[in-house]
Amino acid sequence: MTQGWLQIIVFLVVLTALVPLLGGYIAKVFQGERVFLSPLFGPIERFAYRALRVRPEEGQDWKGYARSIVVFSLLSWLVLYLILRTQSIQPFNPEGFDSGPWNLSFNTASSFVTNTNWQYYGGETTLTYFVQMAGLTVQNFVSAAVGIAALAAVIRGFVARTGASLGNFWADLVRINLYILLPLSFITALVLVSQGVIQTLDASQTFNTIAGGSQTLALGPVASQEAIKELGTNGGGFFNVNSAMPFENPSGFTNFIELMLILIVPASLTYTFGRMIGNRRQGWALYAAMMAMFIVAVAVVYTAEQHGSPAQHHAGVLTSAFDGSTGGNMEGKEQRFGISETSLWTAITTVTSCGAVNGALDSLTGIGGLVPLANMGTGEVVFGGVGSGLYYMLLFVLLTVFIAGLMVGRTPEFLGKKIESREVKLVLVGVLVTPLLVLFATAWAVASPDGTQSIYNSGPQGFSESLYAYMSQANNNGSAFAGYTGFLQPNAPGNLGAEAFSFANLLGGMVMLFSRFLPMIAALAVAGSLAGKKVAPAGAGTFRADSPTFVILLIGVVVIVAALTFFPAFLLGPIVQGLTDQLF
Amino acid sequence: MNHLRKDLITATIAIVFFTLTLGIAYPLLTTGVSQVLFPNASNGSRIERDGELVGSKLIGQDFKGLPRYFQGRPSVTEYSADVTYFNNLGPNSKELSEFFEEELKTYLARERRYDPGLTAAEVPVDAVTTSASGVDPHISEANARIQAHRVAAVRGLPLDRVLELIDEHTDGRFLGLFGEPGVNVLQLNLALDEEAPR
Repeated sequence: MTQGWLQIIVFLVVLTALVPLLGGYIAKVFQGERVFLSPLFGPIERFAYRALRVRPEEGQDWKGYARSIVVFSLLSWLVLYLILRTQSIQPFNPEGFDSGPWNLSFNTASSFVTNTNWQYYGGETTLTYFVQMAGLTVQNFVSAAVGIAALAAVIRGFVARTGASLGNFWADLVRINLYILLPLSFITALVLVSQGVIQTLDASQTFNTIAGGSQTLALGPVASQEAIKELGTNGGGFFNVNSAMPFENPSGFTNFIELMLILIVPASLTYTFGRMIGNRRQGWALYAAMMAMFIVAVAVVYTAEQHGSPAQHHAGVLTSAFDGSTGGNMEGKEQRFGISETSLWTAITTVTSCGAVNGALDSLTGIGGLVPLANMGTGEVVFGGVGSGLYYMLLFVLLTVFIAGLMVGRTPEFLGKKIESREVKLVLVGVLVTPLLVLFATAWAVASPDGTQSIYNSGPQGFSESLYAYMSQANNNGSAFAGYTGFLQPNAPGNLGAEAFSFANLLGGMVMLFSRFLPMIAALAVAGSLAGKKVAPAGAGTFRADSPTFVILLIGVVVIVAALTFFPAFLLGPIVQGLTDQLF
Repeated sequence: MNHLRKDLITATIAIVFFTLTLGIAYPLLTTGVSQVLFPNASNGSRIERDGELVGSKLIGQDFKGLPRYFQGRPSVTEYSADVTYFNNLGPNSKELSEFFEEELKTYLARERRYDPGLTAAEVPVDAVTTSASGVDPHISEANARIQAHRVAAVRGLPLDRVLELIDEHTDGRFLGLFGEPGVNVLQLNLALDEEAPR
């Protein structure tokens, strides 16, 4: 296991070294400053402003900013839904796929517009290249940019001493795409192709294998989507098995690159925050809190997976490692990743809201499967989705400041601004909407025949599948215990005779939409309420939010809120499995 | 109302702008550059033999238990590369446990003929578990070293030569650190066909 731990530690060291570099760069982009890419993208940026009839210096208050986000997202939803419904008449359809069922399109449109990328379908058997590019890739970019833009606005509100402006949403949207997401995606897409990730518009290719069988290689423009899928913490796979497919993730090298892409933006944004508020220590304090929770997550899942599963032990399968074999629970894992890289991936993609997988989560051990559920149960604040993770975490910061204030009997304040009743109420709305949606949807799904038809495994695993499905969709994560079924495709590849379950698709779609936008609006409202508040100088009695004490308190609040909400549900699923050696 | 209308117009233009730049220009530009710089990799790392396509070095194949070939990992999709899915059975699944027992029995029956001392406690875990992709191109080194006995005997090659070929077709870790080493089964089998055709 030494080798495995070393991989994880070196990865985290490299990540930490990159955080100030990208974090500082993003701060410049947020503040509209000139960056080294300005000569290249400046003309496109100015063209976009003219085309959109936007004056970037014209600020919006929180209501205006939120309205622009909602209008843009709902219109994006409508366009994506229409693209999905009409795929048979579009170009770049070498396999001649028809459109899938409408309820699946509803779920998919909601999923990609909310940066969730939950998929009831398998990409290579359902969607045309045109939909993958002009529909899904576009939303991979812009839904990520919406999250990052909302964060930029929230930070501005925390900082602003006068006025009510949180910045201009349209300018943020353009700049984040042009200066952050697009260049990084393009470069890494080419690096991925050089290692074997495919990028072609040709139709699939059938040939005879050397043992006298037949195999068909599904192809497509994968690399361009793979890059933004990770960078924007989206996670929707071109292939059904996502980043386990060698054409998406062929080696230890690409796995390293893809993991770095997933974490780099959410991690760097803590530094961006520190820089914009003029207190880098505060940024690092949030980074430390997130990293501490993350390290626990990855250590637990790695240890559990290396131990192996009851199904293996009962069958007499050797699960200890020896020279030339990884040992452990290799069911649903790829040899080139082994236990360590799959565990690291599982932890990273569930603390961030990137639902990509490089192994089968449904086949994780009980405790191994608890980790992704618990990660999402924190509300995706441990790094979290791009932008959304940090604004959500800032709500928890205010909650912690408030609780600490109650303990010592002082008016709570953060960054010198008083946190008053209005802010605390909004924080509670933001923090509680998502868990309530998870519990409500899961209860409904396991209590009704319409919901239970989606379940694949029996016993507690079946409950875990249901809980995971709504936990993942509500937290805009998108990873799955993939046995949970919402779409049947008897003649794959292709949508001939395919049908989707309305209950699973519609409930999931609604859950994704509400839990994306309600907390986002709450965070913007908090920022709007803080903007323009007077800043009191820190005194001897000020509770400093950049101290180790605060970091510990913050972790405590995050963990307690998640545990109070979800512990009973965890007991019924993954914990029961983790405690028993019985088979069922 | 006025604000809302303005937002609707701006949003419409924005979606058109982003669809053209991020949805059309970006993937097509990436495709163009990839096809020029990395023509083989961007089209699936294809392998040809005698001018005919025989596979991709990244996609495992079903070797159908033929004794002259190294066998890949169990696959729930029978190595389908155009309809992929997971096994999705949970850690306490009876069905999964029975599947492992069956795979273990098959593996031992196949290899013991050529490696009589082989016991269940020596069979590496990758040999009896299904991969995630269903087309895992690799097996572990331990797995390959067991199968080497059979392949060497069937092909009439010295065991040492087969072990050498295994080493040659083992993909190592990135920087010696990230990922796990794996033996590329298709490339190894192609090399064997070349060395000792039969």
